[in-house]
Amino acid sequence: METVGAIEAGSYGTAKLNYLNNGSTLKSWLLTKDHKRIAIMYLISVSAFFLMGGLYAAAIRLELLTPASDLFETGTYNKVFTQHGILMVFFFLIPSIPAVLGNFLIPIMIGAKDLALPRINLLSLYVYWVGGAITLWALMQGGVDTGWTFYTPYSTTFSNTYVLAVGVGIFINGFSSILTGVNFLVTIHTMRAPGMTWFRLPLFVWAHYAVSLIFVLGTPVVAITLLLVAIERVAHVGIFDPALGGDPILFQHMFWFYSHPAVYIMVLPGMGIVSELIANFARKRIFGYEFVAFSSIGLAVFGFLVWGHHMFVSGQSMYASLVFSFLTMVVAIPSAIKMFNWTATLYQGSISFETPMLYGLAFMGLFLIGGFTGLYLGALGLNVHLTDTYFVIGHFHYVMVGGQVIAYLGGLHYWWPKITGKMYSEFWGRVAAMLIFVGFNLTFFPQLILGYLGMPRRYAAYPPELQVLNIFSTAGASVLGVGLTMPLFYFIHSLIKGKPAPANPWLLPGLEWRTSSPPPTENFDTPPVVTWEVYDFGDESGLDLEAAKREAAALTA
Amino acid sequence: MQDSSFVQLFPEQASTFAWQVDALYGYLILVSLVFSVPIIVAIFYFSIRYREREKYAVPREIHGSMVLETLWSVIPFFVSMSVFITGAIVYFGQYTPPDDAMEIYAVGKQWMWKFQHQTGQREINDLHIPVGRNVKLVMTTEDVIHSFYVPAFRTKADAVPGRYTYVWFNATKPGKYHLFCAEYCGLNHSGMIGTVYVMEPGDFDNWLSGNAGGETPVQVGKDLFENKLGCASCHAGGPQQRGAKLEGLFNTEVHLVGGGTVVADEDYIRNSILNPASQVVEGYQPIMPTFKGQVTEEQLNGLVAYIKSLSPNAAAAPATKKPDEKAPAEKKPEEKTPAANKAAK
Repeated sequence: METVGAIEAGSYGTAKLNYLNNGSTLKSWLLTKDHKRIAIMYLISVSAFFLMGGLYAAAIRLELLTPASDLFETGTYNKVFTQHGILMVFFFLIPSIPAVLGNFLIPIMIGAKDLALPRINLLSLYVYWVGGAITLWALMQGGVDTGWTFYTPYSTTFSNTYVLAVGVGIFINGFSSILTGVNFLVTIHTMRAPGMTWFRLPLFVWAHYAVSLIFVLGTPVVAITLLLVAIERVAHVGIFDPALGGDPILFQHMFWFYSHPAVYIMVLPGMGIVSELIANFARKRIFGYEFVAFSSIGLAVFGFLVWGHHMFVSGQSMYASLVFSFLTMVVAIPSAIKMFNWTATLYQGSISFETPMLYGLAFMGLFLIGGFTGLYLGALGLNVHLTDTYFVIGHFHYVMVGGQVIAYLGGLHYWWPKITGKMYSEFWGRVAAMLIFVGFNLTFFPQLILGYLGMPRRYAAYPPELQVLNIFSTAGASVLGVGLTMPLFYFIHSLIKGKPAPANPWLLPGLEWRTSSPPPTENFDTPPVVTWEVYDFGDESGLDLEAAKREAAALTA
Repeated sequence: MQDSSFVQLFPEQASTFAWQVDALYGYLILVSLVFSVPIIVAIFYFSIRYREREKYAVPREIHGSMVLETLWSVIPFFVSMSVFITGAIVYFGQYTPPDDAMEIYAVGKQWMWKFQHQTGQREINDLHIPVGRNVKLVMTTEDVIHSFYVPAFRTKADAVPGRYTYVWFNATKPGKYHLFCAEYCGLNHSGMIGTVYVMEPGDFDNWLSGNAGGETPVQVGKDLFENKLGCASCHAGGPQQRGAKLEGLFNTEVHLVGGGTVVADEDYIRNSILNPASQVVEGYQPIMPTFKGQVTEEQLNGLVAYIKSLSPNAAAAPATKKPDEKAPAEKKPEEKTPAANKAAK
């Protein structure tokens, strides 16, 4: 088998030419068409945005340590939470998994040399940089205070901050998502290796297929919406402001038509990663592969039909609310299917608990809370009490941080040896994962209770009887902050002093483990032909199990 | 108000919805536990029972089970439908104000709540209401979107510029309760808070009479209508009448030029004052000038109250608030005096 050869050829191939040492000039990076180098540049960029967004989060939690608005002026606080949201949502959560891990892995997982449209891929990175640079410029000029949701008419008529510049930044950034989405769709349709049928695709790829659909169909709508906000602000054309003859609720419809599916943009790739982690670290074919795959598509489709559940108290018709609540309940089913299938995958497995798997299991626990709190908010009568309170904040952080960020970290650890060719410290990896899990829950669970008690979101000051829970939350955020900073250090340490990673450190059957670490520029020395089923850990996978066992025994001896 | 326990977990119950919302919350907590606990137990059990005993073992391959997939799709579906239905029932209660509710006008403004009672009393950021009575707020805002939220009442509704929205409640317990603006509204959003004082009916009547302030909304509207804005020059009866007749208009169906009908509710009256050309009544010329920019939100409330007071029979039963009568096509065709149907403007 050629594929078996690929494993042997690739092992310990640090001296060999790989994508990292194939050209070292700045130009060779900035003008590269290699999806892996583009992914690395995305990794550095989204990490910088994550760090900035994280600093804003720290500022929010510090202000909320005391009931009075005493650390910042309220105007400053409003900018802090707005910019936390904008940087995290548009510049970290949305691009992170697709543009970093998806970009790096999709071609390798399907046995291709690169994405179908390599120049478009590079263009998407530049578009992202331009959008990000404009946004950062606006933040340095004085920032924006509308909340990341830009509700009208506040954003179009009343806010005296840099709404326009930030809107333009996000508008441009949106095209980066669209380009990435188109590229993934074309690649998955046309670039699969011989033998790589649709049902042999890893679930990570299926999840990205679903996400790409949302990128392509949803992002233009938010772009148009922000353009209309800009037109109203500049030219005073009445679109959203009733004083000019517009309708402020129209904005909410248009904004959430994109921004609710955007939640699935954030969490679907995370679910893809978790499917990989659970299956591979339990060494079991995923239970109900087709159901997990199609539930991703189901989420992408139904995710487009539930935007009105953000508007139950906005004055929209009660019948509209009824329909949106019903569809919201239906969306719970695909998520439930995934949860059950992941759990069932563990049954009779051979489960090991390396760092990535800890993140995989943490995701299951946190997404359980994130998903169920979504049901609370989808229930109409309860939503009236809970919407715009800290319950919503708690809920979407359980989904976005507990879901997306945890999965992203799990994926980053899982594929780090492949991406960099170096092993990170397993010990520190596990410590950080534990701290993040504990810190996360301590931060956000009290917020669910605060929300039920009625603490409104976006408040710089709050009634004193709510202080105890806020102190818990801030304490948790400190632990979370420490946990999230640790990978930065041990990852960088691994680049300098880490042990070289073998081609297949965990002896897994996926195509990405059948090439060297780090992979060559063309991904494979010989183009692979797929003859095995997905998640096949047995003899038919073409893996040399005996050699791996001997190697494992030698290491432990 | 403050709970004596170290950390409070539930807000005080002080309206007729409170127990319903809390019961729904309790039901959802139960549902979450019934599903989560077995999953978490299974994850822990499998993790220990099937932990790796031998490096790179090849466990038995299991592809899935149609029976299980069906079960764990169908059961969650029925459970989520039960949540949907109970949630919808509570919601319809929260958003269907009863006909006999005492109306209070509320205007949101960066960053304060202004209330006016039917007897003319004005309040800012404080709202006094009697216990055990249905109270309905007719809300709008002078600037951005705000949201009226009283956690102890478990209800909330946005106040939207350019239109009226409604929220109602029936307080069950005298006391002081937090009033929050729940929709982000700019610089001093977290300062847009106040207190709802729920009083015994006797105390409330004393407060109302001891606090007698200014003119009632109807008086304000009448003054504007007859003197300040000169509406009466066209809309009052007599040989001068060029505008639609307003007596008996409220809550009736109006036929518009170019086809179509609309119910003359608060939003319609408001729109006819601000954008008269947008809904011209059949049989009249579009000659009315706009009053946009000439009347404040509170004056508009007065005008609406005055025009409502011209329809003494209809005013008590605001049919338009009934959700099942939202669509104009479903309106009762012959309501009140047929002559009055040629109304407005």
